[in-house]
Amino acid sequence: MIELNDVHKAFGNNRVLRGVNLTIPKGTSMVIIGGSGTGKSVALKCVLGLVTPDSGTITLDGQDVTQGDRDAFLARFGMLFQGGALFDSLPVWQNVAFRLLRGSLKRPKAEAREIAIEKLRRVGLKPDVADKFPAELSGGMQKRVGLARAIAAEPEIIFFDEPTTGLDPIMSGVINELIREIVVEMGATAMTITHDMTSVRAIADNVAMLHEGVIKWTGPVGQMDASGDPYLDQFIHGRAEGPIEAVR
Amino acid sequence: MSLTAPLAALGRQVLSALALIGHVTLYAVETVSHLFRPPFYGREFLAALIQIGWLSLPVVGMTTLFTGGALALQIYAGGSRFNAEAVVPSIVAIGMVRELGPVLGGLMVAARVASSIAAEIGTMKVTEQIDALVTLSTHPMKYLTLPRVLAATLAVPVLVGVGDVIGIMGGYFVGISRLGFNASAYLTNTVDFLETFDVVSGLIKGAAFGFIVALMGCYHGMNSGRGAQGVGRATKSAVVAASVLILAANYLLTEVFFTA
Repeated sequence: MIELNDVHKAFGNNRVLRGVNLTIPKGTSMVIIGGSGTGKSVALKCVLGLVTPDSGTITLDGQDVTQGDRDAFLARFGMLFQGGALFDSLPVWQNVAFRLLRGSLKRPKAEAREIAIEKLRRVGLKPDVADKFPAELSGGMQKRVGLARAIAAEPEIIFFDEPTTGLDPIMSGVINELIREIVVEMGATAMTITHDMTSVRAIADNVAMLHEGVIKWTGPVGQMDASGDPYLDQFIHGRAEGPIEAVR
Repeated sequence: MSLTAPLAALGRQVLSALALIGHVTLYAVETVSHLFRPPFYGREFLAALIQIGWLSLPVVGMTTLFTGGALALQIYAGGSRFNAEAVVPSIVAIGMVRELGPVLGGLMVAARVASSIAAEIGTMKVTEQIDALVTLSTHPMKYLTLPRVLAATLAVPVLVGVGDVIGIMGGYFVGISRLGFNASAYLTNTVDFLETFDVVSGLIKGAAFGFIVALMGCYHGMNSGRGAQGVGRATKSAVVAASVLILAANYLLTEVFFTA
């Protein structure tokens, strides 16, 4: 279980997180929604330790994420970045097997390649993609390679940062389905950030709405439409009028 | 505007310069400290060695070749004013190995390598590849910075050594073809007046310059701003900082080696 308690983070005068409280039960899929610049990515990066909160605590299974063995902590995570964040200088299979080629999870090269090809197949890519470089792939294929990399070491927790941004509706549907299947199949805890309401309905068990640095509403995805929360209603229906200012 | 405003602006600039020196120093210390802490990424080190050392050889070779030739012409023209044309071989050799080889080699590597390292790492930063490295349990300092800094520190002295030889050869070709020197006498004069420490001091300078070049490339890349403009600024800053630091370090090392 991941718990964020009263997490604050500011960049200069810009107070991005103003006391975020959120619980993500083990084995569930939490989707965080909210407008651009509301701190969704910062919250996610705080959990991973990529950004250090100014105050508040973040715990994983009751343990403070800033304490203990960092490598062991990170080995429990997989992450799909918004732009894929694939390493340009490495072929696709080495991107996917990055963690399996070095560090504590190191395997023999042939075995790592085999696992990489299997993971590529899992996300719907053919084995001939393995020896290509990321720049030779389309945006959708890069996202799928990123997804394969995120699941390569079979992590307990997977983070997805804007998994469908920049993709056409069909490819978005494919990625959403893949994410849902993989999360269910692996029994992983998932945390996703997105603006895409189709993704929310496809991926989420629970939804949290982040606005002005705090969680405005959280609950099961099935209760989202009948929440009665004006912020959530405006966001999910994409209305210009409401408590969320359209010009920010 | 208050009368103290210019003073305050100057103070801010000084404080920001001091903070930058502090950051770079800490970055350098952290980089070196990773040398003694596993893991060490040998494959990345070898790739950096080829990129920085082998692929810089043509540009360093061409630079020192033409500089050696021009140096011979200048020394001949200057020396002829007081009948000292005979010093051309020895001055070309000493000038190349003590100063021009390391400084020009360092500056050319700075232009070629510091810029490419800063652009590569800066792009990795803005496309979240550095964050991806962290989430994949890989320390960016170990994976990106240390291999490049170590490779440059080892490769640039070799480049300087090769550049010295090519520069002296440039002077030799000009000496025998344009200035009427006897080939055998030119080589004898070159070797007779050159001391081991002349060469060693140049190689030590090369190592220091290599360290500076890669460190500046990595530091500015890691601290790159967002977008194309941020990466462009990081690249420019890396080359300017590396070049200025090479010239400053050259003066300091020359003081240490030849006036102490």
